[in-house]
Amino acid sequence: MIGAEFVALSLPPLLIGTFAAIACALPGNFLVLRRQALIGDAISHVVLPGIVVAFLVTGRIGTWPMMLGAAGAALIAVGLIELIRRLGRVDAGAAMGVTFTAMFAGGVLLLEQSDTSSVHLDVQHALYGNLESLIWLEAAGWESLLDPVALASLPPELTRITVTLVAVVAFIRLLWRPLKISTFDEGFARAQGVPATILGLALVVTAASAAVAAFDAVGSIIVIAMFICPPAAARLMTERLETQIWWSVAFACLSAVLGYVLAGYGPLWLGGQNSVSAAGMIATVSGMILAATALFAPHRKAS
Amino acid sequence: MKDAMPQLATDEGRPVADTLAQSPLAIRGMTVSYGEEPAIFSIDLTAEPGAMTAIIGPNGAGKSTLLKAALGIVRPLSGSATVFGKPLAKQRARIAYVPQRASVDWDFPTTVMDVALMGLSRELGLLRPVRARHVAHALACLDRVGMADFADRQIGQLSGGQQQRVFLARALAQDAELYLLDEPFAGVDAATERAIIVVLKELRAEGRTVVAVHHDLSTVAQYFDNVFLINRRKIAEGSVETAFTAANLQEAYGGRLATGQIDQLVLGMV
Repeated sequence: MIGAEFVALSLPPLLIGTFAAIACALPGNFLVLRRQALIGDAISHVVLPGIVVAFLVTGRIGTWPMMLGAAGAALIAVGLIELIRRLGRVDAGAAMGVTFTAMFAGGVLLLEQSDTSSVHLDVQHALYGNLESLIWLEAAGWESLLDPVALASLPPELTRITVTLVAVVAFIRLLWRPLKISTFDEGFARAQGVPATILGLALVVTAASAAVAAFDAVGSIIVIAMFICPPAAARLMTERLETQIWWSVAFACLSAVLGYVLAGYGPLWLGGQNSVSAAGMIATVSGMILAATALFAPHRKAS
Repeated sequence: MKDAMPQLATDEGRPVADTLAQSPLAIRGMTVSYGEEPAIFSIDLTAEPGAMTAIIGPNGAGKSTLLKAALGIVRPLSGSATVFGKPLAKQRARIAYVPQRASVDWDFPTTVMDVALMGLSRELGLLRPVRARHVAHALACLDRVGMADFADRQIGQLSGGQQQRVFLARALAQDAELYLLDEPFAGVDAATERAIIVVLKELRAEGRTVVAVHHDLSTVAQYFDNVFLINRRKIAEGSVETAFTAANLQEAYGGRLATGQIDQLVLGMV
């Protein structure tokens, strides 16, 4: 029964991949417009030591310890970037580059030295995630979606990313106007009484939350790609921020679904034996979408 | 002279502030520093109600910084600003700010109408829907600067002058009592300069107060009632007749203006 197999093996990873892609792409729109796309990149790197430390302290991989650890790491990173920028007298981009690679490297070292064999946490997992292994064993078919007992055994990653996605959507919907105004014209926003500093920080925290929730399931490659590729491609499709958001969601979904399917079946179609990493393929598809829009989209820049 | 109280009373029948505290904008002891040296040092400024004041001074004199500090956009080391006698935080609805055109990315995906509507953001709040009357108001403000026909354009498609007019329209939409403009005539075409000065004089005629950072000394006397000369410190403040003098210009600009130029500016204004 193909339906049952699909629901058990493919539906959860597809949903997790899609939700993770959307949760990262949404704040990514603002990060890209604020020329802070590197912050998304930085976040996905700096959360690693935070998550490892949270694991070492609590001894398990739970939502809250991970979130707190990652948030703490993100805050330390922001402070470090500022400190290096001031004391080292280097520009913000260089300070960011130094900080996030150093913290990621620290996270990798920490991970290697600690005993994480009991849980699914290793260097490879940090990069690629484990999308393919997030299966739903209790599922007997589509009808399981209505069966509370079966639903209880859904991968916890799905619940985590769904809650995060809802929170991200709520944040952007609720604060849409101040986000838009302060992204376009921060001085004007401040003169209007918009707390632009707090709002900017809230945006970074939101992006970090999406990164952490996605990171666990799909790894940091997708997180980096989804922060930048769908929003950047969407920008080339329209001249209105409202429309750009919808395009970015569409591109995120397309990347996740197409990437997952291609990773699973692409090699077979080409005569190969094994499937390839879904996370890697999803990120690759998003990059190809960006390349396609850069070549053919209606609102490319003349320059 | 330097520390003289600004002249609030004029003999031209413009309203006279009852007290200093009632001034549309009163800055006291404002010091701002970005690095080790202060960008502005202990500035006092008192804007005359219903008048147009030009903030002038050489590049790097702290003109924009003064406006930003007055608006709370940059945090001062010391000093304070009151707006109509009250702290800024409670008076934001009475102030409209027009930042430097070059301070934003005009490639931002938004339309002329959207930017004008941003002037209504305090009224619209977080979630109130944009209604027909809001759009009509924004369109009327765009019309006032001759940009109504461009309402649906993406802002990046506009010329520099048109962008500056859209910024002014956004400020008009705020229907404020105090207008603070940062270099509104910088890099605009002659038609735009005329359109902007007409609107600013209309605002003055309606009893509103205009304070603008201005860089073109040759138009100071023609456009403004008062001047505020600054070069990190306050040099002079008062009516164009009393404060826009050769001696004050020499002090503010130092060797950057030739004596001949100054004479021409000051003599040419009468």
